[in-house]
Amino acid sequence: MSVSTYPSKELSALERAYILLTQNGMPVIPQPFHYIAEQLDISVEQALAMTKDLKQRGIIRRIAAVPNHYKLGYRFNGMTVWDIDDEQASKFGDAVGKLPFVSHCYLRPRQLPNWNYNLFAMVHGTTPEEIEVYRSQIKDLLADVLQDRGNKLESYNMLTSTKILKKTGLRLKNKTA
Amino acid sequence: MTTTQEKFSNAPASSSDYVLDKLDRALINLLQHGLPVCENPFAQVAQEVASNESEVIERINNLLAHKVLSRFGPMFDAACLGGAFTLAAIAVPEERFDEVTEIVNSFEQIAHNYKRDHQFNMWFVIATELKEEIAEVVKAIEAKTQLSVLNVPKEEEFYVGLYLPV
Repeated sequence: MSVSTYPSKELSALERAYILLTQNGMPVIPQPFHYIAEQLDISVEQALAMTKDLKQRGIIRRIAAVPNHYKLGYRFNGMTVWDIDDEQASKFGDAVGKLPFVSHCYLRPRQLPNWNYNLFAMVHGTTPEEIEVYRSQIKDLLADVLQDRGNKLESYNMLTSTKILKKTGLRLKNKTA
Repeated sequence: MTTTQEKFSNAPASSSDYVLDKLDRALINLLQHGLPVCENPFAQVAQEVASNESEVIERINNLLAHKVLSRFGPMFDAACLGGAFTLAAIAVPEERFDEVTEIVNSFEQIAHNYKRDHQFNMWFVIATELKEEIAEVVKAIEAKTQLSVLNVPKEEEFYVGLYLPV
């Protein structure tokens, strides 16, 4: 497999319209769901019910504020990568994902000989020292499952970002179908 | 498409640093976890932070205008947007970095691209509508840059989300 795909969860035309309306944000006004109802030409009760249903189906993760890392002082991030035993990878990936300072955690395929890491965990902090501490905490957790390949390949690494080269959001396209 | 938030935020935008007070911090922490789904959600939030609805709304709009918050609203699972994704990397010779950045970024399917301190020093997300397109984009990038692309799509996801306490 060379691609991650998602089964496209079935969305009604109204749900698509809801996503298109709110994917760039919703207004911060006393009655935001009244606004959504008006825009979609449905009742407020319907707008609330639809929101709850989308949440329950996992299509909406939550209705929340997304902080700007940099403005809040979280200027440092590290992509920590680990070469761990495949048999144990799911169990330990789950444990790493539960650490409070980890924002994303995935298993990915190794691409030997150049890339031997199968677990990725993103960490964020306000100082370089802080993310080093996080890396060592993950290392402690994974100590027993780290692979030693006995050649030039390391069993773990942390890649810090030195520059954002491009950043655009992922968007639902407005299809006229 | 103009963003809904732009239309409703009337606080002046400023690039100067915004100093957070206790209420701002309480709101930032609370609102990362989620807004209740009800007719007057901000009134409910106000109760939890010992404030009132209009103050809370003004503060949140201020935080958005000053870009302390980059967005407010439903956070959708990428799955509902459909399509295919992968994470990819290239080991770019330092002297070619700017040129390769330009080539990679020129593909509209590249959503994020970061420079990182490793032999694989360029890391980007490829997002396409169709699964088959991922391989086409990888091939096209390799052809244009004459560099090979490391393609590491996710196989299992454990956690996506981030709480940044302030």
